[in-house]
Amino acid sequence: MNVATQPPVIELDNLVVKLGDRLILKKLTGSFSGRAVGLLGPNGAGKSTLINTLLGFHKPFSGTARVFGHDVRTHARQVRSLIGYMPENDSFIADMPGIRFVRMMAELSGLPPAEALERSHEAFFFTGLGEVRYRNIGTYSLGMKQMAKLAQAIAHGPRLLFLDEPTNGLDPPARLRMLQLIKEIRDRGDLHIIISSHLLRDVEECCDEVLILKNGNIAASCNLEAERRANRNFLEIETRGADESFVAHIEQLGCRAAWGGNGRIKLVMPEGLEVRRIYQLASDRSVQIRRLNRKRDSLEDIFLKAMEEPANGSV
Amino acid sequence: MAVYKKTYRSYEGRMTPEWSRFFVLTRYAWEDLRRRRFFTIFFLGTMTWPIICALGIYIRHNLSALELMGIRAASMVKIDSSFFLAFLGVQCMFAFFLNSFVGPGLVSPDLANNALPLYLSRPFSRTEYVLGRMSMLLILLSLMTWIPGEFLFGLQSYLEGWDWFKANVGLAWGLFAGSGVWIVFLALLSLSVSAWVKWKPVAGGLLFGLFFVAAGFGQAINAVLRTKWGNLINISNLVGSIWVSLFNKPLESGSGAVFFRIARGEEIPVWMCWVSLGLICLFCLWLLGRKIRGVEVSR
Repeated sequence: MNVATQPPVIELDNLVVKLGDRLILKKLTGSFSGRAVGLLGPNGAGKSTLINTLLGFHKPFSGTARVFGHDVRTHARQVRSLIGYMPENDSFIADMPGIRFVRMMAELSGLPPAEALERSHEAFFFTGLGEVRYRNIGTYSLGMKQMAKLAQAIAHGPRLLFLDEPTNGLDPPARLRMLQLIKEIRDRGDLHIIISSHLLRDVEECCDEVLILKNGNIAASCNLEAERRANRNFLEIETRGADESFVAHIEQLGCRAAWGGNGRIKLVMPEGLEVRRIYQLASDRSVQIRRLNRKRDSLEDIFLKAMEEPANGSV
Repeated sequence: MAVYKKTYRSYEGRMTPEWSRFFVLTRYAWEDLRRRRFFTIFFLGTMTWPIICALGIYIRHNLSALELMGIRAASMVKIDSSFFLAFLGVQCMFAFFLNSFVGPGLVSPDLANNALPLYLSRPFSRTEYVLGRMSMLLILLSLMTWIPGEFLFGLQSYLEGWDWFKANVGLAWGLFAGSGVWIVFLALLSLSVSAWVKWKPVAGGLLFGLFFVAAGFGQAINAVLRTKWGNLINISNLVGSIWVSLFNKPLESGSGAVFFRIARGEEIPVWMCWVSLGLICLFCLWLLGRKIRGVEVSR
């Protein structure tokens, strides 16, 4: 199903959150229905406050936030019954074996003891901690603790998973493993993921939709999948021997093309047209293609652009 | 178990009723406690006094046993409100010591390890969290106080007869309500101290401090200002006065329960004791409300 046609997972309607006298989230409005939504922004942008508000830890000052159609203010319990949460900071009970800790958390989410135990074992094996599940969590390394946090977040089978900086403090292999697990969970298709991260590459790799926050406002929101599709069709070529007649021939193939001078041509390929046809045309017209680049407007570009422009709070 | 598949799968199975979930915390805390040898020994030790009391009641009604030991029934302790008050006093003091050992370990590790966001991000409220932790203490301290007390009352009623039961049924209520007041107060106090201090040994020490230092401070106020109102911060005095009233004894009798005795002439009105205890409990609830949160907000 296309992201745009899916029912919204999160809806924000003029959401304002104040902590004390400080205005943290300023009239956020938007609707997000991606399978995996990335939450980006500099420190203090309001990412954690938004997650905490969706979890019901902060009450909205005004406006509403809905998760799967449930208002977080009036139906916090229903919302929480659908959520799995992996916090950013260390959160565990140090002198408790990992398996017992995850089992207790699953039971608190409503699973009967036997099912909670079974699913805790599964969650530990899934996250790669099967061999250390009987050890006290206090003895785990940082990477293992991150995995244990993921295990407790998924053991009860939530419909929406909040991952707050999931790759924090992980070494490169552990980071890759974490991203692989996140993608595996995402690709199963039976739950949605919200990832808050400072690492643009992580978000780019795992998410299909991105929300960028800046000073408590929405600075940008984009559908990465659509961006990727659009980028696939956008080419920049550098030629020798081409002139405007060559551009006209390219346009006859159905492309939209622009002559940039000095042999540079920018073109948007229509669906179904393969790049091979451009090479063929160049060969027929004795034009050399010296370089061909697919346009790559990376998430970093989108992020930096969003940071430069004033944010307005709505998508 | 499908652990060999090592894949994620959603859960579509049966769920437990929401009202019962706070018992999960109670159950896990009980399992943790059971593993500690000191707890097991101490808890079993607290059963010594009820067993001695039960033996006393039995021997008092067993003429052949009395004859065998050469004791006259009249010289034995009378089984009346003073007997049960004394029983309550001893058991409640044991309860206080056990509570100082168990109570601080219930909330402080969760706060020290920042585990509250994990509890409260589930369909599980702050009230249920406190209730789950408190239930552990309520059950444990009940097993030491009013449950053996009611057993002794039942034994005495059985041996003495229906008329004694009818005349003294108020004692059964006194045992239950008197223990209840002490247990709820202790549980709230230890949870709030443990939430406030976070460090287990310090929280345990603070509980002792609150109990004994407040009593000493109250005495000092009485001595310096030549008044009796210093007793309003003396917890054992407050509870002792309430017990005497629950057992329908005149407050001026000056006896009260052992460890909870009120000095003659220093009695304060019972309603003031209730108000004072109530205010301390409300303060404890306020402290818990401040500390038991998904996230701590720095304003």
